[in-house]
Amino acid sequence: MLGLTKRDTGLFILVICVTALAPFIMNPFPADSAMAQFNAGYPDLMQRFVIFGIFAIGFNILFGLTGYLSFGHAAFLGAGSYAAVWMFKLLSYNILPAIVLSVIVAGLFSVIIGFISLRRSGIYFSILTLAFAQMSFAMAYSVLTPLTNGETGLQVYNDDPQWLKGNGPDATHFFGLEMRSTFDLDIGAWSFAFNVGYYFCAVLMLVAFYLSMRIFRSPFGLMLRAIKTNQTRLNYTGLNSRPYTLAAFVISGMYAGLAGGLMASMDPLAGAERMQWTASGEVVLMTILGGAGTLLGPLLGAGFIKYFENIFSKINESVLHGWFGFLPDGIENGLIWVAEHFVGSGWHLTLGLLFMLIVIFLPGGLMEGATRIRNRFGGDKNKKDTEGKYAPAGE
Amino acid sequence: MGILEIQNVNKSFGGLKALQNVNLNIEEGTIHAIIGPNGAGKSTLLNCFVGKLMPDTGTVTFDGHSLLGKKPHEINQIGVSRVFQTPEIFSDLSVFENVMIPCFAKRDGAFELNALSRVQGQSDIRDKAEQMLIDVNMIDKRDMIASSMSRGDKRRLEMAMCLAQDPKLLLLDEPTAGMARADTNNTIELLAQIQDKRHITMAVIEHDMHVVFSLAQKISVLAQGTVIVEDLPENIKGHPKVQEAYLGTAH
Repeated sequence: MLGLTKRDTGLFILVICVTALAPFIMNPFPADSAMAQFNAGYPDLMQRFVIFGIFAIGFNILFGLTGYLSFGHAAFLGAGSYAAVWMFKLLSYNILPAIVLSVIVAGLFSVIIGFISLRRSGIYFSILTLAFAQMSFAMAYSVLTPLTNGETGLQVYNDDPQWLKGNGPDATHFFGLEMRSTFDLDIGAWSFAFNVGYYFCAVLMLVAFYLSMRIFRSPFGLMLRAIKTNQTRLNYTGLNSRPYTLAAFVISGMYAGLAGGLMASMDPLAGAERMQWTASGEVVLMTILGGAGTLLGPLLGAGFIKYFENIFSKINESVLHGWFGFLPDGIENGLIWVAEHFVGSGWHLTLGLLFMLIVIFLPGGLMEGATRIRNRFGGDKNKKDTEGKYAPAGE
Repeated sequence: MGILEIQNVNKSFGGLKALQNVNLNIEEGTIHAIIGPNGAGKSTLLNCFVGKLMPDTGTVTFDGHSLLGKKPHEINQIGVSRVFQTPEIFSDLSVFENVMIPCFAKRDGAFELNALSRVQGQSDIRDKAEQMLIDVNMIDKRDMIASSMSRGDKRRLEMAMCLAQDPKLLLLDEPTAGMARADTNNTIELLAQIQDKRHITMAVIEHDMHVVFSLAQKISVLAQGTVIVEDLPENIKGHPKVQEAYLGTAH
């Protein structure tokens, strides 16, 4: 179907089902129960799952296939966000032109950065991309203030022209369909939220995922994987690796731009911190955590990190008291003292530990874990199919 | 007229003159061996053919094209393939994918953005790659990951990759270095077969005299950066200059 093999079609259908049913899947606990804080089915978080999913899928096309580790992809995310907000300021709150422009701007931006950075490989390439991203970040705060509104961040004001607005809504919309509108479905003790913004992002994520599948299975994808394993042989086989890597870089830059545009479309704001190196590092973590070079890995990694970021950071001392309340006071306070370092603002510690555990025990990321489990339970699907499958990141 | 002509090539690294006035002519359809003691400049000379090094002076002409200043992929696209001393293959990919890549390079040129067509659907490429693997007797290994094969098989795969491009000239840099005797003999046999079937011109740089004298139709002896003798194999063995270069002069 759709030019995919049977197995890929199955995978794609699975992803479609999970994204479509996400409001149910993410909300397994009744709204009033003590477990409700582990629910992730609220629009804001679900939007972030799919947006960062797009970002990571795109990053994986560059890093997972060619092995070029860019440490500056957040620059394209930020550029996309700024472009989108400018469209809101100048035209209207319709997100279609905003998203189109954000992809174009990020694409052009990545042509420039890629053209220069790809003259080097390995660590030098990473440093160059990092330098460019930090430069963009610093410039957004200083000389580019007229474009970026500096520290305040770019946002839409009442006196902005919005030439095409007319009687359109005062919030981001897709031809009248407001992104923030949510339909709540209450079934018994459960409450499920169906948000327009989430489904809009989800559809684009599915398109992005489908395209990445096609790229993985194409001759172009084969060449990118060849670049990762032996660039010398590729050059002596009559292939010019430079345009291949540049194309991969620009494609992944455009994915990042799309993610940035969608972020601004969900919440019409853009700040320079989106370009900071920590944001670039986050997408690297997502991809490695999920499994670089696999189709599903980046999506899993993005979901995993965003889930823990939001859920763990929400747990505070009073929540912990609720959990450990049944214990004698001394032990309770001791346990809480230990636990509170891992939750709330200390959630980075948890993430760091999880990341270490996964990288040490599952170098291929969560996808390697999934493969191992499947092999243990007698599935022999992976063993024969070497085409399109190959060793995960790390030599 | 040779297919590869090297005229007055000089190359020095700092004060060291690696190549001095090298003239070499490789005839079309022959196997031409370049031998010489360690440090004679064999590898330097080879690197001047493939765009890795730029000679200081002189010309390198292949089939009417000058090779000077061209990049490795451009030189490959006009018909020069190279086999490395240690096999350079795509270790993380399957054997079949390894052979498909040169087939794509031959069909589509140095760059082609075919990101939405499917590798599965390229029947011409797949047929050709399959035929290539049958030719080198590796079809039973087609789904193996290349890095998991023996060194002899990796060499065989590398040759298959080079042949998949139908090169006009095949450069071999010590194709049997570090091989067991049996593997060496297999490689000799394979090269002889290729020459028989496809009449590809080959330039072989080799240490192993057994290989050289089993294959070469012409031999050039390189010593201290110059070609001291160029002759038929039967005349090389007893040549006084060659013995001098290898064993040193008797004082």
